[in-house]
Amino acid sequence: MSLNNSPKKNEMPCQDPKVRAKNFDEVALGYTEEQAIDEANRCLGCKKEPCREGCPVQVPIPQFIAKIKESDFAGAIATIKDKNALPAVCGRVCPQEAQCEKYCVRGKKGEPVGIGRLERFVADWERAQGVKPVECAPPTGKKVAVVGSGPAGLTVAADCAQAGHEVTIFEALHVPGGVLMYGIPEFRLPKAIVQAEIENLKKIGVKVEVDSVIGAIDTVDELLENEGFDAVFIGTGAGLPYFLGIPGENLNGVYSANEFLTRTNLMKAYLFPEYDTPIKVGKKVAVLGGGNVAMDCARTALRLGAEEVHIVYRRSMEELPARIEEVHHAEEEGVIFDILTNPTEIIGNDDNWVTGMTCLKYELGEPDESGRRKPVAIEGSDFHMPIDTVVVAIGQGPNPLVPRTTKGLETNRKGNIVASEETGATSKPRVYAGGDVVTGAATVIKAMGAGRVAATNICELLKK
Amino acid sequence: MYKILKKEVLSPTLKLFEIDAPKVAKKCQAGQFIILRIDEKGERIPLTIADFNREKGTITLIFAEVGKTTKQLGQMEAGDALLDFVGPLGRPSEIEKYGRVVCIGAGVGIAPVFPITRALKEAGNEVIGIAGARNKELLFWTDEFKAQCDEFHICTDDGSAGEKGFVSDVLKKIIEEKGKVDYVISIGPIPAMKVCAELTKPYGIKTFVSLNSIMVDGTGMCGACRVTVGDETKFACVDGPEFDGHLVDFNEQMRRAQIFKDEEQRALAAGSCGGGGCGCH
Repeated sequence: MSLNNSPKKNEMPCQDPKVRAKNFDEVALGYTEEQAIDEANRCLGCKKEPCREGCPVQVPIPQFIAKIKESDFAGAIATIKDKNALPAVCGRVCPQEAQCEKYCVRGKKGEPVGIGRLERFVADWERAQGVKPVECAPPTGKKVAVVGSGPAGLTVAADCAQAGHEVTIFEALHVPGGVLMYGIPEFRLPKAIVQAEIENLKKIGVKVEVDSVIGAIDTVDELLENEGFDAVFIGTGAGLPYFLGIPGENLNGVYSANEFLTRTNLMKAYLFPEYDTPIKVGKKVAVLGGGNVAMDCARTALRLGAEEVHIVYRRSMEELPARIEEVHHAEEEGVIFDILTNPTEIIGNDDNWVTGMTCLKYELGEPDESGRRKPVAIEGSDFHMPIDTVVVAIGQGPNPLVPRTTKGLETNRKGNIVASEETGATSKPRVYAGGDVVTGAATVIKAMGAGRVAATNICELLKK
Repeated sequence: MYKILKKEVLSPTLKLFEIDAPKVAKKCQAGQFIILRIDEKGERIPLTIADFNREKGTITLIFAEVGKTTKQLGQMEAGDALLDFVGPLGRPSEIEKYGRVVCIGAGVGIAPVFPITRALKEAGNEVIGIAGARNKELLFWTDEFKAQCDEFHICTDDGSAGEKGFVSDVLKKIIEEKGKVDYVISIGPIPAMKVCAELTKPYGIKTFVSLNSIMVDGTGMCGACRVTVGDETKFACVDGPEFDGHLVDFNEQMRRAQIFKDEEQRALAAGSCGGGGCGCH
């Protein structure tokens, strides 16, 4: 085999934009074996491993790619799984351009190696073969409770179970997976993949209790004192939707991104009335916000039959926080980007239904605290935007249920649980936390990284 | 799975279930609600808890058959099981010794007001109960309700049982006769709660209402249950379901309750004649 000198990545095979904008099937179809090996051959195998530095969980990237070059896909997946329990998920939803691929040497003169695509390829290859359960250490007799079954909780569960501890996951919803199930759409992350990962956890003895709202049934204190758990990990995510606080937000036809996505993904409202949960999408939809969640909402609205979908974002295209690939896919599918625009009011009719928004145009001023150029409203630029559905996708905060019911658990002024970045430890002995409930809304991989740190420290604690 | 241990048909469209749910029963308090889902394709619906038995580990629910899910639920029998049952959700009622309290249950609202009435009685209040319904057939639990009250009134819209009139008419009479009422809790259809709250406002009587808003998760995640209280937006699921009736924007609540009206009709049509999951085929 020889180095592939192409400055471009092997293109990801995708569903045609016109076709996919009308269905919920996965957009990106994945590499073939030939494409994967060809892409792997673009990797220089740098000794310094800059890509690995960019990965929140330090996956040994050059090593797993070297195995792909040799067609040793089993070896490749084993190498990844040593550091990352959910490669099929991360290969699909990680912002690689801001992490591993950002530091790839090939990226200096052309495109970086398609690390995410290769990760996805070997994870999918493994799933097609039938995943063998990982080896676990002998039972320690210690019990770990994991509150929340999103990426952070699943990582803690996997690591603690492998260390021989008895793990129970408590999930408030009726399906485990957290944001991977209710938030990220089917067309970006098929739900069967998430459930396959959870089945793998069950195979190594992890118990999953759905319909269990910790704080409402047992509290964290009761898990420790009455239920015999030796440690508790809180990974309850950022589930509390933010609204703009402008007039008209309680009109009919205004959804939080969470409601819009949960109805569609978790409750399968796109299959209504075969499934009982309804969703109502008008002809002209405005999605407020510019992150991944906003892109997911916009693309979901198209698939639900909206004729025109607008992303309304107050900064410019350069500042969009969404993954490049998501923006690109949204544009291909026909989502309209109304940048440097922000609503000041949502307007409705006598029956309480949305009919439009009053918006202001913005221009970019000096950089603000975030380092991005600050959007400044242009005086007198207000205009009317006729719209019949609004989805507010400007972010989420931590759900207060667990902090409110846990004695001695320190939170910050935003309501996030205070936990050490080095250990995941909270202000309460034997209680750890990680993921969005600590950091505020971030990424799947960062939550997994925090879960890995907490699990390592829980295992250390339980050795004592 | 959560087994239905007992079913009672209170009227052709009003059913009672006793559900085996020990974890919920262990913790629940008056005023809280649960969310249930019948099966894999089902929606999540909130129902306020009508009663609970910690020893038996059971939750009692009473529901009116109004939509696709409640109709399907009404066809289930003792021995059947619900796929999902989550709770106890929401904040419990504020139970204090207020003095003289009036507990109002209108229609199916008689069910959730029952445990609150009992708790207020146990807290040492003088309790006046009002049970109202459109007609005699839709009244239930009047003996149980009455047993928790020092004084008890029944009214129906058509006069087929008790006094002829609305719960608000009875409430008005009580306030005028007694002169002093310290607390009112009113649960029922939005218009009934609205009228009761408007009635007590000039007297400055603290009045709480319990909202049964549209919800998905019931844990603060979706925000579908938004309600304007004073000049703030609250979530009925985690900030409620009880709110100060003098501050709730009832008109907004009435209009928000209509969001999925067309879809409800479609679901009912699909369920009853399409051979769907309603069980009628």
